Amino acid sequence: MNLALPVLVPALPALGAAATLATGRKVPGLARPLAVVPVAVSAVLALVVAVQLGTGQVLDTGTRLTPTGGPDISLGFYLDGYSSLISVLVGLVATCVQVYSTAYLKDDPRYPSYAALVSLFTAAMLLVVYSGDLIVLLVGWEVMGICSYFLIGHHWETADARSASLKAFLVTKLGDVPFLFGIFLLGADAGSFRIPDVLAAATDGRIAHPTLVALLLLAGVAGKSAQFPLHTWLPDAMAGPTPVSALIHAATMVAAGIYLVARLLPVFLLSGAALVVLAVMAAVTMIGSALCALAQDDLKRVLAYSTVGQLGYMAGALASGDREASVFHLVSHGAFKALLFLAAGVVIHAAHTNSIAAMSRMPGLRKRVPDAYWTMGIGLVALIGLPPFSGFFSKEAVLTAAEHAANGDAMTNGVGPASAVPQAAGWIVLVSAALTVLLTAAYSARLFLVAFHSPAPLVTAGTAAAPEPLDHEADAPYSPEPDEADPATAEPPAMRWPLWVLAIPTMAFGIVGVRSDWLPALLDGGSLRPSGVTAVTGTGLAVVGALLAYGAWRSATARLGAGRPAPAVPGRVPEQAGAPAAEVIVGDPGRTLLGPLFGPARHGFGVDRLYSALFVRPVTAAAQLVRFLDREVVETYVRGSGAGANLLGRAVRLAQTGNVQTYLSALLAGVVLLAVLVAV
Amino acid sequence: MHLAYPAVLAALLFSVGVYGVLARRNVILVLMSVELMLNAVNLNLVAFDAWLRDSLHAGQALTLFTITIAAAEIGLGLAVVLLLFRARGTADVDRATALGDPAESAAEETPAGAESLKGRAAA
Repeated sequence: MNLALPVLVPALPALGAAATLATGRKVPGLARPLAVVPVAVSAVLALVVAVQLGTGQVLDTGTRLTPTGGPDISLGFYLDGYSSLISVLVGLVATCVQVYSTAYLKDDPRYPSYAALVSLFTAAMLLVVYSGDLIVLLVGWEVMGICSYFLIGHHWETADARSASLKAFLVTKLGDVPFLFGIFLLGADAGSFRIPDVLAAATDGRIAHPTLVALLLLAGVAGKSAQFPLHTWLPDAMAGPTPVSALIHAATMVAAGIYLVARLLPVFLLSGAALVVLAVMAAVTMIGSALCALAQDDLKRVLAYSTVGQLGYMAGALASGDREASVFHLVSHGAFKALLFLAAGVVIHAAHTNSIAAMSRMPGLRKRVPDAYWTMGIGLVALIGLPPFSGFFSKEAVLTAAEHAANGDAMTNGVGPASAVPQAAGWIVLVSAALTVLLTAAYSARLFLVAFHSPAPLVTAGTAAAPEPLDHEADAPYSPEPDEADPATAEPPAMRWPLWVLAIPTMAFGIVGVRSDWLPALLDGGSLRPSGVTAVTGTGLAVVGALLAYGAWRSATARLGAGRPAPAVPGRVPEQAGAPAAEVIVGDPGRTLLGPLFGPARHGFGVDRLYSALFVRPVTAAAQLVRFLDREVVETYVRGSGAGANLLGRAVRLAQTGNVQTYLSALLAGVVLLAVLVAV
Repeated sequence: MHLAYPAVLAALLFSVGVYGVLARRNVILVLMSVELMLNAVNLNLVAFDAWLRDSLHAGQALTLFTITIAAAEIGLGLAVVLLLFRARGTADVDRATALGDPAESAAEETPAGAESLKGRAAA
């Protein structure tokens, strides 16, 4: 294969980013083509590379970058089916997002830097996917982290965006430090940082500390892929522009962690303990995030928690030893979650609010944004996992993998022995995944019903025609985004057709896993076909979940319609003590379904508060102590030396009277003193 | 003649010179005191030269040097004194302290002196 092609795939967006940054201020007209074209070309090239590589082949090439004294660092590719598949996904989503952003951030003065960062981010992700060397991979990994920081903080005028970007950066870095040491240890054990060498070493069992390596790497993966306990940054990251959420926090960056584990799965298979840890992590993440999603009021936060949960699925599949199912779900989830976020962006532009409670009070919202309404429906059905959408197949693949692992015959597909996966990991993943299917269906149905299908509010016709900007629910965490779009005008085509482009894989991608000579041939060659029992159970649970949400929603809206009168002015806090305003206004099935769990779930089960008490406040206190030590102790010495020199100087000045005779007296005294000293 | 006489005389002369340099106010007298000290040294040189019977008479030769240099020095010194007197209107050593560190109390007085100095220089 011509090596120029795979080189160009990550290089083009990086060059595009540099060009956009260089010319953005002077030639604003060039920013849009420079943002879209390199990414689109790179997406096409990624597809060409994937086609040229074909199935079952591996491109492994590299050149030594620098000698380190230990294992060398090399610049090279390691391309196989996994990297082909994910690079095509990244290219597709990034192109859609760039096109969408040209319209979404049309009037944003910082568009050039934004577009450049998105391009750079794409380049970094492609570097991670293509790299054949762990250190070079780490470079891409960190570049993604910093791009994510800048993009979340795009609206840095708002305090929310600032703190969210800081939080995302710090939390992911918290995982990256052990990750770095994990890479070092892995490289030292394997004697090389090159991925093929590492994999060979893992297959031969030459990794001396598999559990330690795997756990250190898992810390980084938990940070990047937003797994419990480092998941808290992702919901807050929704303060960034919606396309960024689609690109980074749904389709690519969070997928990097999963991709890395899939890449290095032979290493993880050496350690049953690490797999159980991964399974527990995934289980807690899945269930917790699904409960949280059921209680969120902010549309983007619902999707964010859902992303966290779906990443939990992927991690669960990895814990079951089946990286095919994991990557399958990664790709299908990447497509439908990007679709959901982009559609959410359209809805948010139209409704001028993130709050689904506020959306529910807007009559005719679904007629106002038909494209977003339909594509969001498609995306949500895929998220629920109903056949024949892609989410069904990929989710069933995960469930099947967990089932096999629970039965002791994990589908490792030749990556390692099936006995390497502890049965406990399979059981944990299977049970939690089944529960999560139920919850996912419930929150997806709730989101759709509340946002689009609530009955027209019982307000007078005058306000119904032009709904005043309603506030979000008072007690709900909320990540608003400054937004100047005119809600009266229709969305430009650039914001609509990416939705339909992404809707195609959302609907159809799933069937590529059915035949073992389609998608599995590109990957490890196992089976991605849904198995009978889990398929029936999974679909049944999903239907039950959706029906539960529907029932709760019906009863909530019925109570709303029949019972208490709707307040004439929405947003006015009712007089009755204890009852939040929202309950009166909106029939929220989440409140009915979750019962007493609703409050904690809305605030992410207080994990943020716990971290704030456990880490943030001690760190702040320590910072204050350091500040005190610096200001009061260290600076006292510094100031003291200055003051001492000053005092000394003042004393010396006294001697300089200008009277020659005084000087001569001192001179004489000195001479006499010297003479006496010499004589004696 | 015993060496003690010229040596004591020289010491006395030198002491008078030191006293004059350190204690007199008039610059002219200070310069004269410096001359006294030089001549005390000259006396010592000649006396020791004679007492040691130096065949090269280095002491006497050095005395001639000292006298020459003292003449040049007093010429320069008198010129300085003349300029000082022209600028300040006084030949008082105690009051020629413009190069000293202006003490806080004398801060407002010295610039005025400097001004007058400039004015006189311009005139």
